[in-house]
Amino acid sequence: MLTSGAKILVSCLEEQGVRNIFGYPGASILSVYDALAVSSIRHVLTAHEQGACFAAEGYARRSGHAGVVLATSGPGATNLVTGLADAYMDSVPLVAITGNVPLAQLGHDSFQEVDIFDVSMPVTKYGIIVKSASEIAPAVRRAFALAESGRRGPVLIDIPSDVLDCSAEYEPAVPERPSPLLPDEEEIKRAAELIARSSRPLIYAGGGAAAAGAEDRILELSLRLKAPVVTSYMGIGCCPPDHPRFLGVLSDINLKAASAMAECDLFITVGARFNSRYGAFGGLKKRRTPLLQFDSDRAEIDKNVPASASVIADAALALDALLPLVREKDEAEWAYDLLPDSAQENRGTRIIRALTRELGDGVTVTTDVGLHQEWAAHNAQVRTPRRFLTSGGLGAMGFGMGAAIGAHFASGDVCLVITGDGSFNMNLNELTTAVKHHVPLVVAVMNNNALGMIRKLQTARGTKGSAMSSLYLGVDYAALARAMGARGVTVTEEEDVDEAVKNALDGTLPVVIDFRIPINTGI
Amino acid sequence: MDNATRQIISILVNNQPGVLSRIAGLFSRRGYNIDGLTVCATEDDRWSRMTITVCATQNTVKQIVAQLEKQEDVVKVMDLDPRGVAARDLLLIKVAVSGAARSEIVDLCTVFGAKAVDVNPDSMMLELTGSTDKVDSFVKTLAAYDIIEMARTGGAALERGSGSLRESAELN
Repeated sequence: MLTSGAKILVSCLEEQGVRNIFGYPGASILSVYDALAVSSIRHVLTAHEQGACFAAEGYARRSGHAGVVLATSGPGATNLVTGLADAYMDSVPLVAITGNVPLAQLGHDSFQEVDIFDVSMPVTKYGIIVKSASEIAPAVRRAFALAESGRRGPVLIDIPSDVLDCSAEYEPAVPERPSPLLPDEEEIKRAAELIARSSRPLIYAGGGAAAAGAEDRILELSLRLKAPVVTSYMGIGCCPPDHPRFLGVLSDINLKAASAMAECDLFITVGARFNSRYGAFGGLKKRRTPLLQFDSDRAEIDKNVPASASVIADAALALDALLPLVREKDEAEWAYDLLPDSAQENRGTRIIRALTRELGDGVTVTTDVGLHQEWAAHNAQVRTPRRFLTSGGLGAMGFGMGAAIGAHFASGDVCLVITGDGSFNMNLNELTTAVKHHVPLVVAVMNNNALGMIRKLQTARGTKGSAMSSLYLGVDYAALARAMGARGVTVTEEEDVDEAVKNALDGTLPVVIDFRIPINTGI
Repeated sequence: MDNATRQIISILVNNQPGVLSRIAGLFSRRGYNIDGLTVCATEDDRWSRMTITVCATQNTVKQIVAQLEKQEDVVKVMDLDPRGVAARDLLLIKVAVSGAARSEIVDLCTVFGAKAVDVNPDSMMLELTGSTDKVDSFVKTLAAYDIIEMARTGGAALERGSGSLRESAELN
C-alpha cells in the first residue's frame, strides 16, 4: 500500500514492538509527530534532547531492548551526541532518529542544517542517511537489528524532511530477532584447561554479563571454583552485595579487590573491558597474570591487556558451554576473605545504604558522575542486573535524571536518582518531565557545595585554593523542586537522615531530597 | 620485541557514500597511521576495494583487522603477507631538463622501466609503476635533477595465485 514516509517510519517502530519513545519536536521532523499522534506509541516530551537521549538509554538499559530517541535537525541532532557517545561506550542498544533539511537543501548550510551522520560517526555503531521513502523501512529494520545484535550499541537514522512526506509501498514485516553469538567449542576447551590449571581464579563480571543475563552462571562458576567475584560499574547486580564471595566493585578505593587482583593466578573477565579509569589493570599486565576473556567483541581481545585465552560469544551461552567442563573444588585455595578491607564510610555512603535498603529490591537506581557515583557503586544495595544504571565508560554528568525517567517507562519501577549538586545542576530541567508524566522519582542530592571529584583530584595534585571546585551556589533545591511541581525536602543534620529516608515514598512523587553534607566528605 | 614493518591491508567494502570516511575515521580515531590509501571500483559494482598501507607492529595490525571486521560496511579484510602479493604504486613526475641531461634521464628511464609521457623543450613528464621501494629510489635518483612536481598513488595490491577476496568473503 502506498504510504507516506513518516507513516512508514512509525509503522516500522510499531513492528519492532516499540511502546515508548523520547524526543523533542522541530520543523524537520513534524511529519513524524503527525504520524505518532495516530499511532499506538507514547511519545515522552523531555525538557532537552540530551535528556531524551539519556531517557532512551535508561529505557534500553532497564529493558534490554533498543531505546528510541527522536530529534529534529541541527541543534536537536547535536544535542543527542553526548547520549550517543554514552550508549556507544557502554554498549547500550539505541535507535536515534533525526530529521534533516529537505534533500535539495542538504550541503547548503541551510537553516538548522548539521551533517549529523558525520558528526555522530565516531560515537555510533552505524549510521544511515535515508534518501527516499522506499529506503525507510529497510533502514529502520536494519537499525534495530544492528543495535540489538552482537556487542550492542547506538545506530543513527537521518531523514531529510521531504523524504518523510514522499510516499512508498509499505509491507508490514515480522522483525528479525538477532540470534546470540554461539561459542566455539575449541575456545571453550582452552578456557576450561586454563581454569583447571589455576588455583586462585578471580572472576570479573561486566556489562556484557549483565546484558546477556548471565548472572546465575557467574554465581555458579564462582561456586564451582570457590572463586571470588568482582564487578565493573556496568556489572553491578551480577553478584548480590552481601554474597560471601563478592569482593565489590573494582575502583581505586576498593583495596580488597585490588589485593585479590594482585594475588590471583587467573583473571577471568566476563563481558568487561580494561578501562583506563582503573589503574590496577596495569599491574595485571606487568605481573603477566594469566587472563581468560569472555567477550562478544573480538576487537576487545588483546586491546589493552594481552589475553591467554578468549571466547567470543554471548556471555550466557559461553558460560553454559563452559560450566559442564569445570570441576568443582571443595574449598577455596586462597584466603581472599582475609585480604585487607577498605570500606570507606561517610555521611554520603550511609545515606545511600539507608535509601536503597528502604526502597527495597524493586527500585532502579541511576547515578550521575562525581564522588556520589563512586559512593553509590560501592554502597547501593542492588541485587540484580539492570537496576543500577550509570554512565560507566563516558562518565557523563547529567545522565541520571533522563535515565531514571526512561527506566521507569520501561519497568514501572520507582527510580532513585543518586546525584550531587554539580551533576543535578546539569539536567535538573528533566524534573519538569518527571512531574508532568507522574514518574515516581526519588532524587537524592548529595549536596556538598562542591564538585567533589574535582576537589579530590585537585587536592591530590596539590592545587592551591578551590580552583572552580567549590560551588556554594546557595540553591534551595527543595524550594526549586516545589516550584517545578515536585515535593522538596532538606536534610541538614545527620540525625534527620533516617526519618527523611523513611518518608521518601510517603506522599507525592517525584521528590527531591537535598542532603547537605560537609564539603570535604570523602576527599 | 614486535617491530613496526610496512604492511598492506586489503579491504572489500560496500560501495556506498560515507564508507571511505568511516574507515579513514577509524584509523585516525584509534591512532593508526596510514602510509598509503587506494580506493577503487571492483569487478562487482556492489563493492569497492580499499588498499591501505600501514607501518605497524604485528599486534597493531591484528587490532586494526579486528576493528575493521566489526564495521557493518566491511565485507572482508585481509592482512596481506608481503611475500605473497604483487604490490604496485604509480608515479607521475615532471623534471626540468634540457640539452645533454635529457639523454641521462632517458637512460635512467630504461634502467627503472619508466616511460616518458610528455616531452617539452625544457621539461619531461615520466611515468613509473612499481613497488614502493622502487618508486622511492627512482624519485631519489631524480632528485639530482630539478623536480618540478610529482603525483603518486598509494599502493594497489593483489594476492598472488588464483584466489580472491570476494571468493573468501563468499566462503564465510
